[in-house]
Amino acid sequence: MLNFLQNLGHAGLKRVAAVGRSGQMLAQAVIAKPAPLEMLPLLIKQIYFVGVLSLIIIVVSGLFIGMVLGLQGYTILVDYGSEQAVGQMVALSLVRELAPVVAALLFAGRAGSALTAEIGLMKATEQLSSLEMIGVDPLRRIIAPRFWAGFICLPILATIFSLVGIWGGAIVGIDWLGIYEGSFWANMQNSVDFGEDILNGLIKAVVFGFVVTWVAVFQGYDCLPTSEGISQATTRTVVYSSLAVLGLDFVLTALMFGDF
Amino acid sequence: MRMRTVEISVGAFMLAGIIALVLLALNVSGLNLASQGDTYKVYARFENVGGLTPRSKVTMSGVQIGQVTAIHLDTEMLMAKVELDIHKDVDYLSIDSSAQILTAGLLGEQYIGITVGAEDDVLADGDVIEDTQSALVLEELVGKFLFNEVSE
Repeated sequence: MLNFLQNLGHAGLKRVAAVGRSGQMLAQAVIAKPAPLEMLPLLIKQIYFVGVLSLIIIVVSGLFIGMVLGLQGYTILVDYGSEQAVGQMVALSLVRELAPVVAALLFAGRAGSALTAEIGLMKATEQLSSLEMIGVDPLRRIIAPRFWAGFICLPILATIFSLVGIWGGAIVGIDWLGIYEGSFWANMQNSVDFGEDILNGLIKAVVFGFVVTWVAVFQGYDCLPTSEGISQATTRTVVYSSLAVLGLDFVLTALMFGDF
Repeated sequence: MRMRTVEISVGAFMLAGIIALVLLALNVSGLNLASQGDTYKVYARFENVGGLTPRSKVTMSGVQIGQVTAIHLDTEMLMAKVELDIHKDVDYLSIDSSAQILTAGLLGEQYIGITVGAEDDVLADGDVIEDTQSALVLEELVGKFLFNEVSE
């Protein structure tokens, strides 16, 4: 019994210490020493790896999710004779909810795990400590550009995701199922509000980008420098960032659309 | 050379993000920055506006000619006062035009339909449409129907 309590307390303290370390890392890498001009080439390279290379999976899954939404919405709404509302349904569910969340989950799997593995391997092969030896701050040189890249990329990816998804919904709805094009778009434009829906979705994507990259970068930076440690850290990145995204999504939705 | 392709693709990626946001704003949310200036305001009082909301369409013969910008209660006449923004080029609405609140489809959104009258004078900025017909409220219809059934 005493042993159990001891283990519990130990695990709890370890978690709290990890949260503390991650905050410290973020503060040191991002806030304490900003060097934007020096960092720009590194940042561009990271945006290429994190953002541009994630584009294909985002576009393809956005297209299919939009098409599925269109198809599902049609089969339900056609019973009520209001299949013109498919456009509205597809647009609202994508812009408000699915685009930020699904893009963040895909981003965690595609880019977050890669970031963790890369930084973890750098740590395991002592590249980080070599950088420190030659007087280059690894937080600034390795962590900061990767963090900013993820933070910038996810909102862009989520926006592209919504656009492609709505396009997919329109293909299915208008071209295949024969919903009248005018009412499809007009219903959508009447119900989607720029500030209320699109900007709130974008705020969600910004928050998720922050959280997912933070988790990914920290797990890489903090992992045990062994091959097992890297694999555990990569798994943890995907699990923790997915959980954080889904949990935060509820909180943000309640703040934005609930009447509190 | 390698760095250049990276830079170009990153630039294209960022541009794609911005273009996607603009397209979302214009096509999906129907945000319209251009046509703010060239409209004029007309008011209409309704007994009951039903489900009419700001940004609802104002149409003539089914063609959109403007939108509802505000709805508030006229405390003197105890009716709903609806503010309509009509496109400037639609300058042939006679002063005896009538405004009806209509519903698109069975469950669709509500909008205002304007029918032009016979007078020569036209509505100008700030004028009020006198001849209005309120929204159909389903409960009232059902109530009337039941009342008729009972009285027969």
